Amino acid sequence: MSEPAVIELRGVRAGYDGRTVIDNVDLTVRRGEFVALVGANGAGKSTLLKVIVGLLRPYEGSVSVLGAAPGASARRLAYLPQAETVHWDYPLRVEDVVLMGRVAHAAPGRGPSSADRDAARTALGRVQADDLMRRPIQALSGGQRQRILLARTLASDPELLLLDEPATGVDPATEEQLMSLLGDLASHGRTVLVSTHDLASVMAHFPRVLAMNGGIVADGDASILRDDAILRRTYGGHRPGGPQHIADEHHA
Amino acid sequence: MPDLLEPLQYAFVQRALLAAVLVALVCASVGVFVVLRGLAFLGDAIAHAAFPGVVIAFLMKINIVIGGSIAAVASALAIGAVARRSGLKEDTAIGVVFSGMFAVGIVLFSSIRTYTGDLLGILFGDVLGVAPDQLVLAAVTAGIVLVGLWVIWRQLVFVSFDPIGAAAAGLNTLRYDTLLLGLIGLAIAVSVQIVGVVLVVAMLVTPAATARLLAQDLRALVIGALVVAVVSSIAGIWLSYYVNAASGGTIVLVATTLFGLVWIARGVARGRVAVR
Repeated sequence: MSEPAVIELRGVRAGYDGRTVIDNVDLTVRRGEFVALVGANGAGKSTLLKVIVGLLRPYEGSVSVLGAAPGASARRLAYLPQAETVHWDYPLRVEDVVLMGRVAHAAPGRGPSSADRDAARTALGRVQADDLMRRPIQALSGGQRQRILLARTLASDPELLLLDEPATGVDPATEEQLMSLLGDLASHGRTVLVSTHDLASVMAHFPRVLAMNGGIVADGDASILRDDAILRRTYGGHRPGGPQHIADEHHA
Repeated sequence: MPDLLEPLQYAFVQRALLAAVLVALVCASVGVFVVLRGLAFLGDAIAHAAFPGVVIAFLMKINIVIGGSIAAVASALAIGAVARRSGLKEDTAIGVVFSGMFAVGIVLFSSIRTYTGDLLGILFGDVLGVAPDQLVLAAVTAGIVLVGLWVIWRQLVFVSFDPIGAAAAGLNTLRYDTLLLGLIGLAIAVSVQIVGVVLVVAMLVTPAATARLLAQDLRALVIGALVVAVVSSIAGIWLSYYVNAASGGTIVLVATTLFGLVWIARGVARGRVAVR
């Protein structure tokens, strides 16, 4: 028997200020799936994630997330936005940021409980950043920042994780650890969607890939990234080489 | 050497000290978010926009803090609404709303033939003239602001630090931004009596900015801002008593001096570290 659907989109069209970015999106993602979103910049990966999270209302179509309208199940999902939307100059320590993952579960006026602090500590351990707990966030490198934001998403113990380019600014070894960690979460029943440019990493870790270019142009296992026709439809003229070429380009 | 406790024998000085400490606590707490989010211009604008409320309250013979509070909170919310719905940048919305509100105040002010010191006190502050009923009202308003801030503190930090992440986590960012604007409006209304419309933004910004120079975390920022604000208020009133100067201006000058000293001290300390 197949797992229940966690995300269901039918005929979705969405974008910004009246401009369509993604169109005709039909998508079903089931519990425990580990899905990569790939495509060029502007292909609609972030837009699709924002529609699922409930940050962007589609112009057309229906969206169901965890059996409810997007946004209605916010406490059961975690979203990692691209890191540049975060104010890293604030006087906060790493622990403060990770504890934000618990704020949505907290009653107003309540400080962090011991359970919250345990969850934050465990989450930091999972991204191998225990030693950063008391560090001011201004002092973090790009890769450390990504790990801290990932720890924040893990601290809320979500059923569904949506991560927008979590590997940006992260060294290859850390990226490998992150993807392994996310794959491990999926194998334990969490549903994980990740947007990424790193096709080599996608081929190594993800059982399901959505290739995007203004919508979903292909949906299958990682072997679709070896199909020249699909790659042309996904990347158009931007991408002359194969997956390894793109991976090299990304790390350049 | 002057007797430092001498001013305390006067009830009006006691009231002034209490009022100034209340304002210090409220402004420093709210000021943490004003400084973190870069809302100094908004704070200044709200203070000016409170002016017509004060004049109307004066004309209607009701407590001017009530009139100022209503105008301050209304203008804060109006600025938020204009910025969201007009598509204009927030500083443009601030410029339009606050200058319009201040103009209403000036027109009304100029229509009063024999204005009294009460109204001048609103422009430049009159902490030594705080009446017992005004002190009670200030205390109640300060209590509302501090409790309100305490209740939404964690949510407000999250919304300020990462608005998209906070919205995705299910926090209603618009609601928290609106609440913050309302709290800033109330803090300003309660402070106008002490330092005046023209200088109130200094009470919001300077203590938190001073603490921001040194603070590594939020707790240090809040405690530092509270200490700078309370010390400035008490020292400012004391100094103004002995040099016979305007209390509001003296309080702000002490705060500005502390900012300068901390800035220089930090520069010296960093220079030493760099030399080593």
